[in-house]
Amino acid sequence: MDVLYFAWVRERIGVPRDSIETNAVTVNDLIEELRARGEEYQAAFEDIRALRVAIDQELSEFDAPLSGAREVAFFPPMTGGE
Amino acid sequence: MTVRVQQEAFDPGAELNAFTASVQGAGAVVSFTGVVRDVEGKLAEMLIEHYAGMTEKAIAKIVGDATARWNLSGALVIHRFGQLGAGDQIMMVATASRHRVDAFQAAEFLMDYLKSRAPFWKKERTAEGDAWVEARDEDEDALSRW
Repeated sequence: MDVLYFAWVRERIGVPRDSIETNAVTVNDLIEELRARGEEYQAAFEDIRALRVAIDQELSEFDAPLSGAREVAFFPPMTGGE
Repeated sequence: MTVRVQQEAFDPGAELNAFTASVQGAGAVVSFTGVVRDVEGKLAEMLIEHYAGMTEKAIAKIVGDATARWNLSGALVIHRFGQLGAGDQIMMVATASRHRVDAFQAAEFLMDYLKSRAPFWKKERTAEGDAWVEARDEDEDALSRW
């Protein structure tokens, strides 16, 4: 599975993406696995309320199942427009 | 319906003229252009990051929702990413309809949703350092009126 990071999430982790093997059932499970990767990941996932998640490029929820997902992305609330 | 996500600058006047010429049977054309705001005269540049792939899909969905809800003869969304300076155009929305209410409301709807549902993130670079622009509660609240 590809895990993508954007904006300050990317900056805290230090890379724009990871390719990982995971058996995580939900997004929350995946976050627990990522936190175990080190302090950069702990810093990025310190406060889940400050984050948004997309599964296969669709906004989703943290308790959503990951079955069959190929791409999961984490990022702060979006700030498009003017 | 046209959606463009691009790094290059665009000419809002030329885009508006081309859009107006392309719509059939419209009596009203509304357009909005978003411009990079200066930060007390100190903004060196604005960096806009986006999620290539998801961005186009998310905007297409927002435009689809607008066309399902209002009677539009056409809609145009252009949004830039990359490195911008104060006064540069960031994005543009144009809508056309037979009567003005649909075009005005659809344009506002598009702006509200682009702000908090299209995956763009802005970073302001000033002499004092870099800072990510934070989403405001009002932006999320603005969606509830639709």
